[in-house]
This record gives sequence, structure tokens and C-alpha cells, in this order.
Amino acid sequence: MAEPTIPILAAERLSKRFAFGAETITALSEADFTLHRGEFICLIGPSGCGKSTLLRMVGGFETPSEGRLLMWGKPVGGPGPDRGMVFQDYGLFPWLTVAGNIAFGPLARGRPKAEAAATARRFIETVGLTRFADAYPHQLSGGMKQRVAIARVLANDAEIVLMDEPFGALDAFTRERLQQELLDIWARTKLTVIFVTHAIEEAILLADRVVVMAAAPGRIVADERIDLPRPRDPTEPAFNLLRRRLSAMLGGHH
Amino acid sequence: MSATAARGFVPRQALLAIAAPVLVLVLWHFTTSGRTYSLIPPPLEVAKQWWDLAFGGLYDDLYSRTLLTHTLASLSRVYGGFALAAAVALPLGMLIGRVRVVRDLLDPTLQLLRPIPVTAWLPLAMIVFGIGPRSAFFLVFLGAFYPVLLNTIFGVRNVEGRLFEAAAMLGVSPQATFWKVVLPAALPSIFTGIRLGLGFAWVVIVVGEMTGVQTGLGAIIMEARQLSRTEIVMSGMITIGVLGFLSDQVVQMIGNRLLRWNPQHG
Repeated sequence: MAEPTIPILAAERLSKRFAFGAETITALSEADFTLHRGEFICLIGPSGCGKSTLLRMVGGFETPSEGRLLMWGKPVGGPGPDRGMVFQDYGLFPWLTVAGNIAFGPLARGRPKAEAAATARRFIETVGLTRFADAYPHQLSGGMKQRVAIARVLANDAEIVLMDEPFGALDAFTRERLQQELLDIWARTKLTVIFVTHAIEEAILLADRVVVMAAAPGRIVADERIDLPRPRDPTEPAFNLLRRRLSAMLGGHH
Repeated sequence: MSATAARGFVPRQALLAIAAPVLVLVLWHFTTSGRTYSLIPPPLEVAKQWWDLAFGGLYDDLYSRTLLTHTLASLSRVYGGFALAAAVALPLGMLIGRVRVVRDLLDPTLQLLRPIPVTAWLPLAMIVFGIGPRSAFFLVFLGAFYPVLLNTIFGVRNVEGRLFEAAAMLGVSPQATFWKVVLPAALPSIFTGIRLGLGFAWVVIVVGEMTGVQTGLGAIIMEARQLSRTEIVMSGMITIGVLGFLSDQVVQMIGNRLLRWNPQHG
């Protein structure tokens, strides 16, 4: 597609190195990519390919060693509400109820109590947890916790939602349901999503584009547009074709 | 959900809970009552003595109706010393736990002083504060201080790293992180420290009151021993036990209410 608008996110020769004692490990080497508003991209690759490092740099949790990472043309700083992160291990505040967790962001940003509560109610409904508004995280299943984590990012007006293998710890049935719900929410809100996964099928099911990465050193090896119409059917021949293509790119280990 | 399940078990649980004390009481009764030269008075004698200490009307001696005075004296030292300990240990623990410079400055010294038993401070306390209630107060302070301090340090230092990331990405400023993340996350530990500290305050008060203090439960226990009034000694012990138990129950009730969210709690 032509790109008349400036991208919401652009990485230019982005690298990240970590020191392990005397050794230096290149987690990400000279990554280039752009992300446009409303796009859903998946980062896929084996462990050590730098997909989580890349995501954490976008989140502001790691700083680039070299290169530039720009959001709306400006360098990305520390963590902030414009880039909401959904962690695999949820990262919910155990002392707050579902409603409290979702209202946390708006309150932290100085919104009045009543407004934050109303926002929380709205997004509790969005993720279908109305009956559990007053429950504490330890009383919820993994799938419900991840719904809360998604809702709290949505309630905080995130422009980009960063998801780090968010459904990796869930059972297959819950995972499928949440994938579907995420797509529904994305279709309604036209959010921009970066979704890290190591499951090829999940990437093809969700993404507009799949960014394929390789390890040692971590790098981007391909950027594939997925043009399948939605809703997508994993049993379709076209879906399978893509699966085989991506699998080959990943070295056939999948 | 667990509340209703628990309620069904209350009679059985209560029955089991009082079984051991009743057994002890029965054994105590049969091994002591009717024996003139028993060193331990029978339970009924102790009960009568306790009644006289509390309400009078049985022996009407120097000790009759003095229990309230002694109890209040001990209570004020326990809660006063504990409150002062908490007032110092809570902020200090938070600083040591979260501020590197303060930790490097104070932690080694505090760790060095910690192995000295609280009771070993008593002679020094008597030299510094004189013989009397002020030494007892100081001892309670010291006894409650370390449990509160160490558990506060532990609590504020062991906040899950992920929660800081979550708070930062939701827009919590670094200055607000302490109140919005560290403190609530550390609350279970802090509460453990408070419970241990208060329990220890009750242990130490008796030692503190044993020398040169006129009023207080520790004081009458010691005085009665010298007068061979073993019934009074035991009445004082039982009173301290019951007060310590009630005190802990209240703290636990507050804890259960504040820490409802914690699966390890309640």
C-alpha cells in the first residue's frame, strides 16, 4: 500500500545488545520496520530472535543500543500510557479488584474518580467480565486475568497495544476464544496492535502483517502481508499455504 | 465461598480447640487438689484468686481489686512501646528497603545489633533509664522494633518487578510509584511484622516489669513469687495470656479485612 501518512511507529537500524559478564549478546540487530495506525502485526520467531526485546523497546522498558525508534516521528522514551502492554503473566495488581485494576490507569493520570469508575465499567463490559467487577485477581482464571489486562490498556486510551505472547499460558480453548474476542475489539476500535507469538497459526489468524524473525543474532528476516479475508479459517487451503511458507522461513522447526 | 464452608465446621472445630485446654485443666485439678504440699495450687484456688484480684470480695487483702490497675499499666507500656516502635520502624524500614544510600548507611549497623537479645538490654536500660517503668517501656520498644523493621524492609524490597512495569506503562509517575505500588504490595509483609512485633511486646513486658516496677502484671507476678502467693503468680500469667491472645485476634481481624485480596491471607 502507498504510505502517504507518517507511520505511528518506525524502527531504523534498531539494535540492542546486552552485556553478560564479559560477553556481549546481540539481542536485535539492525531491525527496520514501520507500523501504520490501525495495523495488527505479529512478531514471530524462535526464542532468542529478539521479538520480545523489540516489543519491550517499543514499550520503553529497554533503550536501543543503536538506531532509532520513532513514534509519530519522535523518539520513543520511557514507558507511557500511549503504549499499553499486555504481559504474558498478566501483571495485575493483586490488591485491586477487576474494576480497580481497570480504573488504575485513568486514576494514575489524574482523571476524576467517577469518570474512572465509569470508564472501568464500560471496559469491563467490553471484555465480558461484568459479573466479576468486584473479584480479586487471585479469584480469576488465566483467561479472565488476561481479559482484565487487555481492558486496563484499552481503558487507558493506549494508541498502540503491545502484547507479549499474551495467550501463551492459556489452554487451547480459552486461547481461541480470546483470539476471537481480541479481533472483535480490534475491529471495533481500530487499535494498532503489535503481537508477539511463536505460534504460526496464531500469527496468520490475527495479523495484517507477520514480521518473521531469526536468532543469533536476533533480526528481522521477512515482513509478510496476510491478505486473507476475515474472519479467517485455519482449515482453508490458502491459510495452509501461508502456514507452510512461514514455517519454511522459520527453518521448518514448526 | 470459604466462609460458608468454614461455618459448617465451627462446632467441630471449636470442640477440638477446647479439648486440649480442658484436658490440661482436668489433669491440673486431679494432680493438685487435696494435696497440702503441692507447689502448684489447684485451678479452683487460682480462679478464686483471679476473681479476688479482679473484683475483690473474697480475701480483701492488699491485692484485691488491683488487677485493672496492673493491667492498664502493662497495656499502656505494651501499646505505647509498640506504637513508638512502629512509628520509627515503619518509615525507617521503607527507607532502608527503597533507598540505596540509607540501606548502605544503616543496614550493617542494624544487622550487627540484631543478635543481641532484647533481654540483654535490660541491665543497660536500667543504667540509662533508671530502675522503673521507663526501662520496661524501652524494652517493649526494642522488642517490637526489629520484627516490624525487618518485615517492612522485606516487604518493600520484594515487590514483583512486573508490577513496576505495569504501573509505569499505565502512567504512574516515579514519585507516585511508592504509594500506588510499593506500599500496597508490601502490606502483607508489613502486617506480619506488626503481628510479630505486638506479640513480642507482650513477651518482653513481663521481663521489663520484673525489676523495680511497682505496677504492672509482670510486677505483681514477681512480687507474689517473693511472697509465695503462687495463685497470684498464675492469675497474672493467665491474664497476660488472655490479653495477648485477644490483642492478636484484633490485629488478625484488621489484617483479614485489609488483606482480603491476598490468597495467603484469611
